[in-house]
Amino acid sequence: MSTFEDYKGQKPAWCPGCGNFAILSTLKKALVDLNMGPHQFAIVSGIGQGAKLPHYLACNLFNGLHGRSLPVATGLKLANHDLTVLTVAGDGDCYGEGGNHLLHAIRRNVNITLFVHNNQVYALTKGQASPTTMAGTVTKTQPFGNPSEPLNPLALAIALDCSFVARAFAGASGLPFLQEIMKEAINHKGFALVDILQNCVSFNMVNTFHWYKERVYRLEDGYDPTDRVEAFRRSLEWGEKIPTGIFYRNKRETCEQRLPPIRAMSLARQPVFRPEARQEVDHFY
Amino acid sequence: MEYTIRVGGEAGQGLLSIGNALTKILSRYGFHVFSHQDYMSRIRGGHNFYQIRFADSPIAASREQVDVLLALDINTIELHRHDLRAGGKIVYDAASLGTKFSDQEFLDIPLARIVEENGADQIMVNSVAIGAILGLFGLELDLFAMIIRSTMQKKGEGVMATNIAVAQAGLDYIGQNYPEIGSLKVVKPQSKGQMLITGNQAIGLGALLSGCKFFAAYPMSPSTSIMQYLADKALKYGIIVEQAEDEISAINMALGASYGGVRAMTATSGGGFALMTEGLSLAGITEIPVVIAEVQRPGPATGLPTRTEQGDLFFVLYGGHGEFPKVVLTPGTPEQAFHLTNKAFHLAEKYQIPVIIQSDQYLADSEWTFPGLDTEHLQNEDFRLRDEALKGMSSYKRYDQSDNGVSPLAVPGASRHLVAVDSDEHDEEGHLIEDAPTRIAMVAKRLHKKMPLIQQEIAPPTYFGPSQAETVLVGYGSTFGVLQEVCARLIERHLIGLLHFTEVWPFPILEKFDYVALLKQAALTICVENNASGQFAKLLRMETGFACSANINKYDGRPFLVDTLLGEINEHLRGL
Repeated sequence: MSTFEDYKGQKPAWCPGCGNFAILSTLKKALVDLNMGPHQFAIVSGIGQGAKLPHYLACNLFNGLHGRSLPVATGLKLANHDLTVLTVAGDGDCYGEGGNHLLHAIRRNVNITLFVHNNQVYALTKGQASPTTMAGTVTKTQPFGNPSEPLNPLALAIALDCSFVARAFAGASGLPFLQEIMKEAINHKGFALVDILQNCVSFNMVNTFHWYKERVYRLEDGYDPTDRVEAFRRSLEWGEKIPTGIFYRNKRETCEQRLPPIRAMSLARQPVFRPEARQEVDHFY
Repeated sequence: MEYTIRVGGEAGQGLLSIGNALTKILSRYGFHVFSHQDYMSRIRGGHNFYQIRFADSPIAASREQVDVLLALDINTIELHRHDLRAGGKIVYDAASLGTKFSDQEFLDIPLARIVEENGADQIMVNSVAIGAILGLFGLELDLFAMIIRSTMQKKGEGVMATNIAVAQAGLDYIGQNYPEIGSLKVVKPQSKGQMLITGNQAIGLGALLSGCKFFAAYPMSPSTSIMQYLADKALKYGIIVEQAEDEISAINMALGASYGGVRAMTATSGGGFALMTEGLSLAGITEIPVVIAEVQRPGPATGLPTRTEQGDLFFVLYGGHGEFPKVVLTPGTPEQAFHLTNKAFHLAEKYQIPVIIQSDQYLADSEWTFPGLDTEHLQNEDFRLRDEALKGMSSYKRYDQSDNGVSPLAVPGASRHLVAVDSDEHDEEGHLIEDAPTRIAMVAKRLHKKMPLIQQEIAPPTYFGPSQAETVLVGYGSTFGVLQEVCARLIERHLIGLLHFTEVWPFPILEKFDYVALLKQAALTICVENNASGQFAKLLRMETGFACSANINKYDGRPFLVDTLLGEINEHLRGL
């Protein structure tokens, strides 16, 4: 059995009061619940405050480039699908710089879990608008107010028939629910997106902890996450009330299942060299 | 004995099928064959040609003049008629082209009518044309029939038989209507069949035989046929070939897979490589092995998408922000491409670095013949720490400060040891740091310690010619074949040699072969490059201080041809 202490990593360099702390400790609890030892999974991340998370818990990790966590996670999972692969990204990282990769990761449906730390602002670069910043928000680089409408990651994912789509809130009241959603997402066979609303104490003075707390609520008992149209309808709800929970899930075949070369065994387990391939030279005569 | 056949027409008329069949037949007879393609970036229409040169001695370049021109459209006649050598023939179908030529070099063959008379599909004019050309050279249909039977099996006996019948009709038509043509008749070589392979196929084969297990790419001419080759072998040998959403994703996927424990590769052309440079730099700091094939086409930007140039040398040498070691290999033939792909994987894995194989459209699409490839001496050694090797270790640090800068490369998930890699500067365990001493130690490990070792692995340039040459031709990469032939032709009357580089970064050291001394004693040194600014000449000067006395540059998107290059070099020789 693994314990919370098994996942002890480096000391976080986040601002005191940052929502990332809650996400980190909740993820550790979820991993304890899943009894997944630090060596049994890998976390891939890009760049941003949230993307530093894998350093702060014991795990295999690939902290790559801004926006590029999903391609790395895809390559890793296709190379070794025996390894659980998690991806941690921020809203700028995943919805901005890496937006194209998200679309195609959803289409491809590799069995990886993506946690997006969504604080609706660029924090590492000190407070510019992110793809989820609300229109009109004034920042140092958007002095006339952000002219763009925010991206709705859930609606986007459901429109693309993403295999698992959820939203959670990283405030104290939402953490047990976040823990359950994390476990469901990791256990789900297919690409899972969990958008996690969190505050940024340094740069987002609009969407504060209290702003979220007043708005978030859980999707009601009896909500059917297999109803894609209803899921899409609920994903559009944003403003006075913000639903959280598992919006949508389906049983799409994963990319790994569709690739015959790795059906019997992961690539990493197959022989490194195939000397019999030398016979291929004969085909050129 | 040598002949050149040029097949011209619009895209979509089947030039590739005719050309491929002819090169296959000629190489199987044992002739030495060299073919190159000139095609436009379009699926239908325009003007394309496929040129085949065959001989009874080794050849590795194309010539200007042709002996047989097969014109599938009228445009081909207008464009290429002046390239016909004295005694050469133009094969065309007057009825289909709507024009009858009376000059004696024209051979009117009713390709379409023959197809019709045999009740065959119009696409089979290609088979009639192949039959006619084989007839012109006094060859038979035995190998054509064999190729049809091995490649068209799925289409059924009827289709195969009809193809062979119409080809026979084409061959017979030549014999019956033009019995006087005996000048082109060839003698079949005694040697056994040659292998026929393109540059891109050789890279694909090299990757396959070097244990490449993961290949991610975004299709881009002229690199795509590497992906096609590996995709074709994926099931048989356990390879994942993933078409990424863009080149940024492609290289990041390859790095993810390589981190995961398998040999990984990507391929692209200049524009795609531009998108990959961020990932290249990531490979640099994370020390993850990866092989990248950069198959050049002329730029800037979209440039000439289906044509050739050596314009990306500096771009590839300096691509990727920051300072990190990499290797750049520039094969000159498919045989070299095969062996250098093996070397690329070997060096990438041994030193945990990105290795780039730089090629170009000319090498990528051209077909060469070789007696065979040496597959017995490939360098295939697994440098990664897997299950058993890891279990015996008490602790593991991904970036352990070893003496030679090369840290143990463990496979994540294979043991309890955790494998952490970071694009930030990091400590030995792979966690991000910002302090100066660790930074200095990591730069020393990655760059200063590894680089001298990598430098030792680089082969010196090859030199062909007298030890005291008056003139030395200098080149790198795909110009090898044409330079070799030009040099061989000039050597009878001149003290001339060829210095050719296939491993250009790190630049070859002089301890193994003092090529600078060789260059210094020559009165004339000409650097021949398929680009406008003489990048290789500049690189040579930067790295050795030696400046060539002359440059020949070609940047029209076409490869060097033997006779024109000979003429240009002769101009320089006259000035001696």
